[in-house]
Amino acid sequence: MTDKQIIDRLNEVFRDVFDDSSLEVTAKTTADDIEDWDSIEHITLIGAVEDEFGMRFKMGEVSGMKNVGEMIDIIRQRGK
Amino acid sequence: MKELSYPFDNGYIMKKKKALKRRLLEEDTERIKKKIAVLGGSTTDDIVSVMELFLLDMGFECEFYQSEYNRYWQDAVFGNEELDSFAPDVVYIHTSVRNLSFRPSPKSSVEEIENALDGEIDKLEQAWNSLREKFHCPIIQNNFEYPYFRLMGNMDAWDRRGTVNFVTRLNTRLYDKAEKRQDLYINDINWLSSAYGLEKWSAPEYWYLYKYSLNTDAIPELSYQAASIVKALFGKNKKAFALDLDNTLWGGIVGDDGAENLEIGQETAEGMAYYEFQQYVKAHKNLGILLTVCSKNEEENALAGLSHPEGALRPEDFTAVKANWLPKDKNIADIASELNILTESIVFADDNPAEREIVREQLKYTAVPEIGEVTDYIRILDRSEFFETVSLSEDDLKRNEMYRANAERAKQKARFENYVDYLKSLDMTAEIGDFTPMYLQRITQLTNKSNQFNLTTKRYTVEQMEEVCRSDRYIRLYGRLKDKFGDNGVVSVVVGEIKKVGLHIDLWLMSCRVLKRDMELAMLDSLVKACRERGISEIFGYYYPTAKNKMVAGLYESFGFEKLSADEKGNTVWRLNTENYVNKNNVINIIPTGGK
Repeated sequence: MTDKQIIDRLNEVFRDVFDDSSLEVTAKTTADDIEDWDSIEHITLIGAVEDEFGMRFKMGEVSGMKNVGEMIDIIRQRGK
Repeated sequence: MKELSYPFDNGYIMKKKKALKRRLLEEDTERIKKKIAVLGGSTTDDIVSVMELFLLDMGFECEFYQSEYNRYWQDAVFGNEELDSFAPDVVYIHTSVRNLSFRPSPKSSVEEIENALDGEIDKLEQAWNSLREKFHCPIIQNNFEYPYFRLMGNMDAWDRRGTVNFVTRLNTRLYDKAEKRQDLYINDINWLSSAYGLEKWSAPEYWYLYKYSLNTDAIPELSYQAASIVKALFGKNKKAFALDLDNTLWGGIVGDDGAENLEIGQETAEGMAYYEFQQYVKAHKNLGILLTVCSKNEEENALAGLSHPEGALRPEDFTAVKANWLPKDKNIADIASELNILTESIVFADDNPAEREIVREQLKYTAVPEIGEVTDYIRILDRSEFFETVSLSEDDLKRNEMYRANAERAKQKARFENYVDYLKSLDMTAEIGDFTPMYLQRITQLTNKSNQFNLTTKRYTVEQMEEVCRSDRYIRLYGRLKDKFGDNGVVSVVVGEIKKVGLHIDLWLMSCRVLKRDMELAMLDSLVKACRERGISEIFGYYYPTAKNKMVAGLYESFGFEKLSADEKGNTVWRLNTENYVNKNNVINIIPTGGK
């Protein structure tokens, strides 16, 4: 899977979770960039990304992720 | 909404909850407003937001209060300003095995364990009691799911020192409380977690990371179950089945294959599957659910299939049989009007996806589950919780009988030319009087589910009805109607509040099963009599229109009330002077009764 493919699929997930079809995420996107991205929606987002890529994040990864780029790194290794 | 009907995709609902909520709010539909306080022993945010979705879909627009993390007990017992002013209509206590303050160990003494068991129950009971004092509203309480590990293996279940044993006994104690208390309803997460898969349900990372007591993927199932109790409490349960026949109640096409060649009974795997489904359907009669047939068939063939000696169902189990070639939505609408229920109260079960789609399109609020294969039918209908039961009255148990008596009456009616003669021939006797404790459950149930013959559509919890029952401020009447074909039970309720000037009618409703029997006139006569006895000379009636109660828009006018006002929403106010009132009922013999 290329990073482009991952980003495209992630984008769909973000748009679904935040119900905003105009969202465009990049590797640099953080929770500060998306208004509704709070700790509650973070849980939904993690679950939705796990479902999309058929993988599970480790506990340390869930709490340690700083931006979408780090999410992509993990997906590149373990995502389907 | 199809996405929110069982079997649903948990991940999809979690992911799309914002969009689903937006779409639900865009629907142009009338919803009942309710306030729900969710008191959690763990995180509840998504449990609440998904409950909100299901409730919107079930016809409720809810406001929610959430306790701070794990403050369920403090909120309940000590209260706080926010919760007090919120004044919930329902409280949902979301606790889990994580909230137990004691777990037995192999070193625990019997005494220690018994004390702990008492302690857990006392703690919860203290919460329920103080909620009752403050809010007089129903309380939904989770029971406890099993722990996901067993220190002693199997012995954990049968020895008092095992946690599985402790949870089992604690749950039994909860059920004893729920049986005794009018206000307590158990949300059975013990069953739900086992149906879902306990290990997956209890995956501990959701606790470690987010302080959720369950897997977030299981949240839709939990929220659906809790929402189903709420909708049942406020009278939104379904009332009847409309069942297809071929490949739904039996395998094969009766018209083509002949009744003798149908798959039903104990001989083949398919036959057994359909037999069990017939048994499951039939069992609903004992809950007061009406069974009807909605099938594209010649009636003769339909009845031959239903008379199959190996089947569990019989033709007489059905209150209505529509076996013809009309569109199914038309037949369902006819069934609804014959039974005097709404199409939204009907569950349509049909193996044919095309038929389901048509009904779904034509009758937006009829439940049309995706019932899958015959081996799925029971599970899917059951988990849809259409008939979630929060109480069982005598009436529920007898409902099918009553409808059959109605059919007899209809036959007789055809023989009379004059309607009054027909009514007189029914030998009707009505028991009309003040509320009595024995009827209170039925009165509340009737109040909460009557939509059509209901002037104000005001709903009451059992506790609120008890308040009304205790207070001197009200004149209350229930009416029970019998005739030569049977007892209809309690069918009408009227509550008026005595104010400085006159009596103001808060509630006037009647079950549609006794429409056009002059029961409403008998109720009015009794109400006027009660007013005169207290020296009240004026009665004020109120009509608040909803999508469903148009049939009574002109009721007060027909009673001879004078119209005082009408607003742009169609709400009308009416007045009757009791001094010159002449009794209107001439066909029902009245037995005055009731009172405490």
